[in-house]
Amino acid sequence: MTDTILSIKNLKKYFEPHQNFAQSITGGGQKKPIKAVDDISFDIRRGEIFGLIGESGSGKTTTGKLVMKLIEPTSGQMFFDGEDVTHLGKEKLKEYRRKVQMIFQDPYASMNPRFKIRDVLEEPLIIHKVKGSIEERTKMIVQALEEVKLIPPDEFMGRWPHMLSGGQRQRVATARTLILNPMMLVADEPVSMIDLSTRAEILHMMKEVQKELGLSYLYITHDLSTARYFTDRIAVMYLGRIVEIGRADDIIDNPLHPYTQALIEAVPEPASGKLDIVKELPIYGEIPSPANIPQGCRFHTRCPYATEACKREPEPELSLDSAEHYHACRRAYEVQAEKKRAG
Amino acid sequence: MDSLLKVENLQMHYFTSKGAVRAIDDINFELMPGETIGLVGESGCGKTSLGTSILRMPTPPGRYVGGRILVDGVDVIPLPEREVRKNVRWQKISMVFQGAMNCLTPVYTIGRQMMETLNEHSDLSRSDAESLITEYLGYVGLPPEIVQRYPHELSGGMKQRAVIATALFLKPEIVILDEPTTALDVIVQAQIINLLKKLKKQFSLSFMFITHDLALEAEISDRICVMYAGKIVELGTNAQIYGTQGPAHPYTERLLAATPRLFKKVEQLQFIPGTPPDLIDPPKGCRFSPRCDKAFDKCFQEEPPLIEIEPGHMSACWLHRRG
Repeated sequence: MTDTILSIKNLKKYFEPHQNFAQSITGGGQKKPIKAVDDISFDIRRGEIFGLIGESGSGKTTTGKLVMKLIEPTSGQMFFDGEDVTHLGKEKLKEYRRKVQMIFQDPYASMNPRFKIRDVLEEPLIIHKVKGSIEERTKMIVQALEEVKLIPPDEFMGRWPHMLSGGQRQRVATARTLILNPMMLVADEPVSMIDLSTRAEILHMMKEVQKELGLSYLYITHDLSTARYFTDRIAVMYLGRIVEIGRADDIIDNPLHPYTQALIEAVPEPASGKLDIVKELPIYGEIPSPANIPQGCRFHTRCPYATEACKREPEPELSLDSAEHYHACRRAYEVQAEKKRAG
Repeated sequence: MDSLLKVENLQMHYFTSKGAVRAIDDINFELMPGETIGLVGESGCGKTSLGTSILRMPTPPGRYVGGRILVDGVDVIPLPEREVRKNVRWQKISMVFQGAMNCLTPVYTIGRQMMETLNEHSDLSRSDAESLITEYLGYVGLPPEIVQRYPHELSGGMKQRAVIATALFLKPEIVILDEPTTALDVIVQAQIINLLKKLKKQFSLSFMFITHDLALEAEISDRICVMYAGKIVELGTNAQIYGTQGPAHPYTERLLAATPRLFKKVEQLQFIPGTPPDLIDPPKGCRFSPRCDKAFDKCFQEEPPLIEIEPGHMSACWLHRRG
């Protein structure tokens, strides 16, 4: 048994753009592929919560889909629990999906409104042909509901999804994944649609479940403040690449990549005395299209510290700073020194 | 100084088949020229209902039950719809609706959709309207070519900028912004907040900024109005709510504690158990009492009035009178 549950090596996902009929005959109007995920590698350890952070268009959701095997990678490899899972046959895929489960972003759309909660939770058992009598199944459903603290379970089983609040639905969604005894959960923005007052409650519940059952999580979000609280390690993605990766505290207290720094500065803090300040962010414009990734360092078009070398030289690879903290910026230390001098 | 907008004892209820939902229940506040007032609270506490009520367009089956909305001293509730369209809505008060950027129709260009607003509310000629659109696109930092683009060709931030420009066309004094950055990424959110600060100065606007995010409110609002279950529970200046002494009402306190902070490592984030009450039959006494950990006997019996606890700082809690 290895320490690593999921290992991703040089994974790429390019989407080919559609061509119209004339183009397909003449071969003209060749469009560039959309490089949603462009060569990423990372490991998730057993019992770890791994955060994937980035703006929309950074490729974090595509990465989640690749991990769930909802889409096939263009190239690269994926290992789960020591086994190569890059390409799987039908039977193997079903087995894999049982071990790796997903919690979706929208708790209002992820449940059939005509299913009672009991049916919602029983469905995975039917799909995965988990043998058992009605009594045994009911016992499993009750147990799953208890794990996510929907108490009393008997009462919740008879309810319809529309009778539940967003937070309760996300608990049901979690229970639905737990019922199959998975090893890993992929959670794509699981709390972004939930009220702030209950967000912490859901994250807390997910963390309790994770500790209790020794699960691993891939937590995909754009929200750094919940990521700090919730995750052990964070990878920051920009235009299909990981630009910085490390322990959550290191990333937030000592960000080395200018993109991470900009993300952190953009987070509002609830403190007084900021009314008259127009905060200039150390970043320009908006994220470019993944069909048109800039040459050189892909962040240079938005980076206030970019030099000629950043435009011309080949893209910097991830390099080690301190224990477990990697960054992909050739000027990281120069920028740090510059900032120190400027105070 | 005279207030631009004065809301007095406003009540607006939704008349459903199950009974009247008391979404806005006796709200009082004033908005001063050049001021930004922030409305915060959980979903379902009446923030958006208050916004649309002030624009004199409560969503059906909502109806005004009592109170007055004074815009420049004139009560807009009894005015006929024609009068409101001509002189109030968009002329004096405009609104950036929640999710407006996702409600642009995909089949028309941005320019055509912006033109629609001008056709509806003004008598400008086509060429005047076109130059006005170009002018306002400049103010929000968009290139003029954007008028020929379709919504799917723009990013979320660009669409939101276009929607904000559309809200400013007729030079309103007040702009109601309902969750203008909720669907946007943090970097784009910060850019939009900067833009709003700039526009506010440039056009001497007053804002009503609706959000559930207390951290965001700290960046932009001069005064914060905390709503719970159709009522104002606390109203104070930015410094009073976010300053060192902290907010006065237990609800605001809990809401602030539930806001994750990037630079404060905590073992466990706080949350508020339970959900806001059903407004058809709100709890007796203080509406927050069933979820409040500081509640005592009186809280369950009698409703606390909104009282001034220090100059300019109002709060509705029995704790203030207990000590």
